[in-house]
Amino acid sequence: MDYFVNKKGYYGKFGGAYIPEMLYPNVKELEENYLKIMESEAFKNEFASLLKNYVGRPSPLYYSERLSGKYGVKLYLKREDLNHTGSHKINNTIGQILMARFLGKKRIIAETGAGQHGVATATVCAREGVECVVFMGATDVARQKPNVEKMEMLGATVIPVESGNKTLKDATNDAIRHWISHPDETHYIIGSVVGPHPYPDMVARFQSVISKEMRSQLNKQTGSPLPDKIIACVGGGSNAAGAFYHYLNENKVELIAVEADGLGLETGHTAATTAAGTPGIIHGSMTLLMQTGDGQIIEPYSISAGLDYPGIGPLHAHLFDVNRAGFYRATDQEALDAAFELTRLEGIIPALESAHALAALPKIKFGKGEVVVVNISGRGDKDMEAYRKHLLAEKRMKFKKERFKYLFWKFIK
Amino acid sequence: MNRITELFNKKKRNVLSFYFTAGHPEPDSTLSILKSLEKNGADMVEIGMPFSDPLADGPVIQQSSQIALKNGMTIKKLLAALESVREEVTIPLLCMGYFNTVLQFGMENFCKTISQIGIDGVILPDLPLEVYSEKYQAIFERYGIIPVFLITPGTSDERIRQTEKYSKGFIYMVSSASVTGAKKGFGNEQLAYFKRIKEMNLSVPVMAGFGISDKFTFNQVSDYAAGGIIGSAFVSHLQKEGASENSIGEFIKRIVK
Repeated sequence: MDYFVNKKGYYGKFGGAYIPEMLYPNVKELEENYLKIMESEAFKNEFASLLKNYVGRPSPLYYSERLSGKYGVKLYLKREDLNHTGSHKINNTIGQILMARFLGKKRIIAETGAGQHGVATATVCAREGVECVVFMGATDVARQKPNVEKMEMLGATVIPVESGNKTLKDATNDAIRHWISHPDETHYIIGSVVGPHPYPDMVARFQSVISKEMRSQLNKQTGSPLPDKIIACVGGGSNAAGAFYHYLNENKVELIAVEADGLGLETGHTAATTAAGTPGIIHGSMTLLMQTGDGQIIEPYSISAGLDYPGIGPLHAHLFDVNRAGFYRATDQEALDAAFELTRLEGIIPALESAHALAALPKIKFGKGEVVVVNISGRGDKDMEAYRKHLLAEKRMKFKKERFKYLFWKFIK
Repeated sequence: MNRITELFNKKKRNVLSFYFTAGHPEPDSTLSILKSLEKNGADMVEIGMPFSDPLADGPVIQQSSQIALKNGMTIKKLLAALESVREEVTIPLLCMGYFNTVLQFGMENFCKTISQIGIDGVILPDLPLEVYSEKYQAIFERYGIIPVFLITPGTSDERIRQTEKYSKGFIYMVSSASVTGAKKGFGNEQLAYFKRIKEMNLSVPVMAGFGISDKFTFNQVSDYAAGGIIGSAFVSHLQKEGASENSIGEFIKRIVK
């Protein structure tokens, strides 16, 4: 079984390029050139050098003694949170800004949900000295102010998207519409392993540095490049694609994808696409997506803006379809609890997205002493508002308990 | 013979076609809009099937799609409303929309049902030529449904020739690099592109769409193509002035007068 994309751009029955003709020239140009460019010495050298000296790679593989103790395994954290701009997103934007330059493009557009990909894109555009336009749902602009300010400080233009429900899906729609209207000299930096072929494959390749490093780091630390399990969160699925990539054909390694379950599948307020979705077309790709029986796309829900997407990359849809990866779900509450657990056991504040990966730990059956890697895709600075609320609730609960104890003893006396 | 082919056999110039979104402005306005269009001189109509995420559409058709969906429009309801359309409307009719909604309905079921109703063609901008030829051509041909494909200023001559091979009724020439929506007029760059297409002498008629909103822009494209398709401007008119026969008549008069 081969898990990589085939010549026509499909992973099994998923993938392809279902795009209006207006996008065809640009997508075709990319498809015909991306591998040639990525395999050229000039590209490879510059990409490697930037990942090392600008992003700060390799990101550490950190042995978490206390989580290991708790779950009876050897648990390692892949620290993508330590990258420049705070997440794995920069691996892709570095790759794509070079791709744009090699293709001779002079302008960059991007979509963003929480703003992590937007910031990572604005960052590489500032370095490259090219114009950057970021589409962001108006709702997200309002709730992710610090990232909007960062993008603007980096010189990007942030366009609040008023169409549809004003979140990530709509930002992506408007970025695509803008690309239709400005096809010349513009490159669209998609932020995840979604969209028409070759985007899912190209982004997965840029992110594959994560599992490439994992192999050599594990080899050094455990004596084998192969862990028993790799756990990563999946929205569109770029960090998971990167963490799985060099293990896809290692069938002994169990791949675990964790989707955001919002308030829970049964409530309908979820972003767990493999559980709530069916095959269809979103943003130019045949994949699993949340839709009505009539084929209208359903707005997802998750506390994590980065996982709040009604589709999933076609690679992951395929891994799900052929059972190569296990798919778990974590609710908002479980993710918050997991974020606090990691913070208090290891002093690492993870992004809410990454917290979903951690939240799967109690749900997975581990063999004793198994080697497990959790991909910490990003840091939690951007999520302090959600964490602050959780903290407040925790304090209230503590206060109620104390008061109950006090009244209880008073009554007994 | 398919009504689309028949139309272009008879009429080589100034073919006037309209697009509107089914379920907009009112849930059940589809049939009466079609009747009014025919009565007032429309040669052909594209009936839009609303989609939640219309990637190739500008604000006007996005909004009409949202309203139509809020009004509860679905392909199923649309086809039910059109069941006896051929008792009252004789001009060629096409269904236009995004591939996903048809995919969920089932392509075979869709083509079968619309051919029974008497719909003549289908336009699905995000169904690529390659997938059509590989998977769906046989179904379209079985039911005598004409597929219409788009070409744009960025489409290479080679690809236009390929498109020509699969086209039967007409080729949809997207006027400029843009989503749907009105423009003030076409400049030299667009006119040069229209001319290039005209000089290719395609074996299928060409209809221009996107940005045709009034008499001026319609006449501009009619110099080069068999005619033009008016979408957003008409939808916007329906939104503002309503879908009465009078209102539709007024709109058309402004273009053909």
